[in-house]
Amino acid sequence: MIQFEQVAKRFGSRQVLDAVTLAIPEGQTTVLMGYSGTGKSVALKHIVGLLEPDAGRVVVDGQVVHELGYEELMELRRRIGYVFQFAALFDSLNVAENVGLGLQRQGLDRDAIAVRVAESLRLVELDDAGVRYPAELSGGMRKRVGIARAIALRPRYILYDEPTTGLDPVTTTAMNDLMIRARRELGATSVVVTHDLSSAFTVADRIAFLYEGRIRQAGTVAEFRESSDHRVREFIAGRPETESGAGGRA
Amino acid sequence: MTESVAHSRLHDSLALSGRWVIEARRALGDIATWRPQLVPQMKRLGVDSVPVALFLAVFTGMVLALLSSYMFTRAIPLYFVGTLVSKAVMLELGPVLTGMALAGRVGANVAAELGTMRVTEQIDALETLAISPHAYLVTPRVLAATLMFPVVTAMAMAVGVLSGWFTAVNILDLSSAEFLRGAQQFYKVKDIWFGLVKSASFGTAVATMGCFQGLHARGGAEGVGKATTRAVVLGCQAILVLDAFWALVLL
Repeated sequence: MIQFEQVAKRFGSRQVLDAVTLAIPEGQTTVLMGYSGTGKSVALKHIVGLLEPDAGRVVVDGQVVHELGYEELMELRRRIGYVFQFAALFDSLNVAENVGLGLQRQGLDRDAIAVRVAESLRLVELDDAGVRYPAELSGGMRKRVGIARAIALRPRYILYDEPTTGLDPVTTTAMNDLMIRARRELGATSVVVTHDLSSAFTVADRIAFLYEGRIRQAGTVAEFRESSDHRVREFIAGRPETESGAGGRA
Repeated sequence: MTESVAHSRLHDSLALSGRWVIEARRALGDIATWRPQLVPQMKRLGVDSVPVALFLAVFTGMVLALLSSYMFTRAIPLYFVGTLVSKAVMLELGPVLTGMALAGRVGANVAAELGTMRVTEQIDALETLAISPHAYLVTPRVLAATLMFPVVTAMAMAVGVLSGWFTAVNILDLSSAEFLRGAQQFYKVKDIWFGLVKSASFGTAVATMGCFQGLHARGGAEGVGKATTRAVVLGCQAILVLDAFWALVLL
């Protein structure tokens, strides 16, 4: 289980996260939504210890992430797959090497790595792309390789950072299907950061809405859709609420 | 206010340096991660740098021979051209000029590569895969540069002396025997290893600067450009400081 407890993070004079408190239940897909620049990706990076909170703490499986020693942090990271917004594939490695890199750290031998890489590439429907280099792939293919790299580790948690941003509608649907399939086949708890409503409604079990550094609302998809919070309604409607007198976005 | 900012920066720099030392020690022990990268980096940073180093050495040797013959006219026997060329190339110009050339090539290459990896989140991706960037990226580059700078420098020394010899014989009407007499007259074995020890330290400094600047690049293409420039400038400065240090300590 992942828990954010009063997590605050500031960059220079900008308070990105103020006091984020959120519990991410096991075995479900939780979507973290919010306007661009509200700190969704920053929150995600706290889970794997890429960032440390200024205050508060992130707890994963009972371990406070920023208090872990080096080996414990490495052990935690082996349980987490991270899919980056722009895939973050290693330019100098081909697709198969990208997917297999993390597996070398798990002590698998060469044959086992090859099998796992092939399985992971099959899951993202890129069976024949193993020898190609990231520069030869489209944006959608790169993101799928990013997912293959994350799921190859057979992680307990998968974190997706803006998985559908910049993709065409057909590729977006394919990505949504892929996230659902990855969760179903691997049983991993997923956290998806996005501001793509249709994607969120497709993949989410729960949605948390981040606004001005705090979780404004967290609940099921149905609760989110029927929210009475005017900020959430504005976000869903895609325009400021004026008739209710709530005003536009601050 | 200014004092407190300076104090804060000093504190941050010391903390960062301390973290690098801890990371470097840990990474050195992670042999399984850096060993497969070492030979490819030795080729990239060392073997691929040989042409530029030798080009520089050819002209260094030639100019040294011509300049020394100009200085030695009548007052000093001309065979001292061999002395000056060999001493200058082995003790100073070989290691330092090769170091400078490689600071441009290797320092910029490493900083640009790691800087691009940083701003495209590839470094973050490595960390999430539980792979230390210091073990996977920094250690093999620093080790490769430390091992290969002396090799490239040794080749540059040889070519520089040969170039001076060739120039002396063909342009200055000095015989081979006279050039060799001059080269041997004040020769010490220390001349060679002094230059090679220096060049190894230059390799360590240049690669470390490149890696440091690359890993701390920020802000997209502009940030990578700044990191690359800083890596080259600091690498060259480090070479000059180390050159003076070794002259004080070893000579």
